[in-house]
Amino acid sequence: MTQKIDPLKKMNWFDRIAHPGQFLKWSGYLILPLAILSAILFGVGLWFAFFNSPEDYQMGNTVRIMYIHVPNAWLSQLVYVMMAVSAIGTLVWRHPLADVSMKVAAPLGAAFTTMALFTGMLWGRPTWGTYWEWDGRMTATLILLLMYLGIIALWRSFDDQLRAAKLIAIITLVGVINIPIIKFSVDWWNTLHQPSIVSTEGLSMPASIYTPLLIMTFAFTVLFALLQTNATRTEILRRKADRQLRKSLNKENG
Amino acid sequence: MKAFLSILLRDIKLATSSFGDMLTLVLFFIMIGVIVPIAIGPDKDLLALIAPGVIWIAAFLSSLLALDKMFRQDFDDGSLLAMRHASISFEAIVFAKLIAHWLTSILPLIIATPMLALMLNMNAQILTYTIISLTVGTPALISFGAVGAAITVSLRRGGLIAPVLILPLTLPILIFGVSAIKTGTGVGTQGTALLILGAISLVTVAFTPFASALALKLTQE
Amino acid sequence: MPNKEAYSSQQINVSKLSLIRSERLILSDVNFSVKSGKAIFLRGDNGVGKTSLLMAIAGYLHIGAGEISWRTDNDNEEENSLIDNLHFIAHQTAIKPTLSLKDNLMFWCTLYGGAPEKVIDALKTVGLSHAIDFEAGLLSAGQKKRLSLARLLVANRALWLLDEPTSSLDREGDKLVANLIDNHLERGGIAIIATHLDLNIKNAKTFILTKTNQHGEIA
Repeated sequence: MTQKIDPLKKMNWFDRIAHPGQFLKWSGYLILPLAILSAILFGVGLWFAFFNSPEDYQMGNTVRIMYIHVPNAWLSQLVYVMMAVSAIGTLVWRHPLADVSMKVAAPLGAAFTTMALFTGMLWGRPTWGTYWEWDGRMTATLILLLMYLGIIALWRSFDDQLRAAKLIAIITLVGVINIPIIKFSVDWWNTLHQPSIVSTEGLSMPASIYTPLLIMTFAFTVLFALLQTNATRTEILRRKADRQLRKSLNKENG
Repeated sequence: MKAFLSILLRDIKLATSSFGDMLTLVLFFIMIGVIVPIAIGPDKDLLALIAPGVIWIAAFLSSLLALDKMFRQDFDDGSLLAMRHASISFEAIVFAKLIAHWLTSILPLIIATPMLALMLNMNAQILTYTIISLTVGTPALISFGAVGAAITVSLRRGGLIAPVLILPLTLPILIFGVSAIKTGTGVGTQGTALLILGAISLVTVAFTPFASALALKLTQE
Repeated sequence: MPNKEAYSSQQINVSKLSLIRSERLILSDVNFSVKSGKAIFLRGDNGVGKTSLLMAIAGYLHIGAGEISWRTDNDNEEENSLIDNLHFIAHQTAIKPTLSLKDNLMFWCTLYGGAPEKVIDALKTVGLSHAIDFEAGLLSAGQKKRLSLARLLVANRALWLLDEPTSSLDREGDKLVANLIDNHLERGGIAIIATHLDLNIKNAKTFILTKTNQHGEIA
């Protein structure tokens, strides 16, 4: 007699909504609202950024790069934190959804970090006169990008994605503990070699700059939520398809 | 304690019985000291200026090269499986293997450092600082390496991915290691880099056996 | 020379055990228990989960549902845990080719907290006494298997988990394995053995794992 286990039995509310099958059901309703919200926010934010905020008295129009640069820099760190939280979910509760969210966040994090670096370089050229400055923040962001890329490479190296998830969770957590140390060491190294030529610290912002910056940050964060949800759904479906394929192969063999 | 020592002794015995591996590693380390002057020219002042950085880079690359040895063979032949039922905890075993790895892969490099110092035009004082800096910093280096090696032990191509994975994490060691050579060991601001380096080493050595052991356990599931 | 030290009385219970590996249900609702002095043969087709069951008992696998419990009369808490009371002999031999037979076994003896003087006896028992100081790399596959079985004898552990202990052994080897197990059971030990051979062991039952229902049955 084959025993059927009902996985939804004996679950609390969180396990219920976080169960991959259930997640597929309810997250479907999220995609469209998130897409609309992010489109509106981008529309408003970009309008403010281009037409309703002042030029900087030193940097001129290039200050507007900031409205893209800062949100991406913020997300580059937020995504890593999210990966680390998912990593705890993977290791401690062995939750399948945490695996998936950790996996799909890595390329998104890498993309946001690349954007942050790229816009930083575009901004640096007119402001500092060079594309690349070994400034503390840029260096730390570059290291963060390398960490993302290493994690993506590691995901690609494993055939068994379930085993990969737990191992990658470990390196993700080791990384998150290490990030403050890296930041500290890079700052130390930077002051040792070039007594602060450039500094973005202590910029006081008027509301006319602050408002669009806030809206754009919000817009990018919603965009991340949208992409993350969609990628999670895709990955769950892909794994489902894999399972079906394996099942039918097993049946043919046996 | 006896069990702990038995791991240590066995790993040392195994490493010395494959003496060729050890020799290759030291040769690689020294060759970096040869190719740098050839690549940038024999300007003695310039060499002395970049020597601390070059030595740390050489130590980095050589130790990354040796990483894969740490768990690979024991994983392949089932020793790690059998070690799970030892009379001491698996974390302690990993810690013993870490020490053995340092003694057999890093210590030879530190011993070979004077050769490199000669080629890079270092004076005696800088050489002393270099040896101190390497001794204090390399435990942290191989501790991170152990995590990388443990995570990738089931991968056939693990040899390349582990260094790429852990290199960003080890940059603080490089930064403080090199500045410890430049600023020396004096008390006060002079020795700060060395103190921070020592702190990083202590924390990582205490912490990474748990992470590595966890990774190895999860790999065996 | 048979070892006469007796184990305290113990029992292992596997109840309602389910295992999931790589999203595949390997075993579900496996129930059995073994007492001191008894052995169980695990049988079943390839891929049915014999090795997984042994690995779960040995503590390597995450248990999806159910319980594996270990009961003992011994009050000493340190010696009470299952993980410190078992030997697991896997397919891989855990032998280092560059070390001598004696060094290989001595290492496991120390690591498992056994008495060093047992090493030579153990090598004699498995029939390798003539090669004590040879490098283990010179051994044939069957001899390597014997050396890995010698690990069972250097430290007293009540539960033996043997995964195909007779693989690459000759007939003499099969008899050796049967003798080792018999001796172990006489002293009050327990053995769980995954094998296809009919080893001649008195106090053994057979436990059949099947693919269709993935339940175990005692035959």
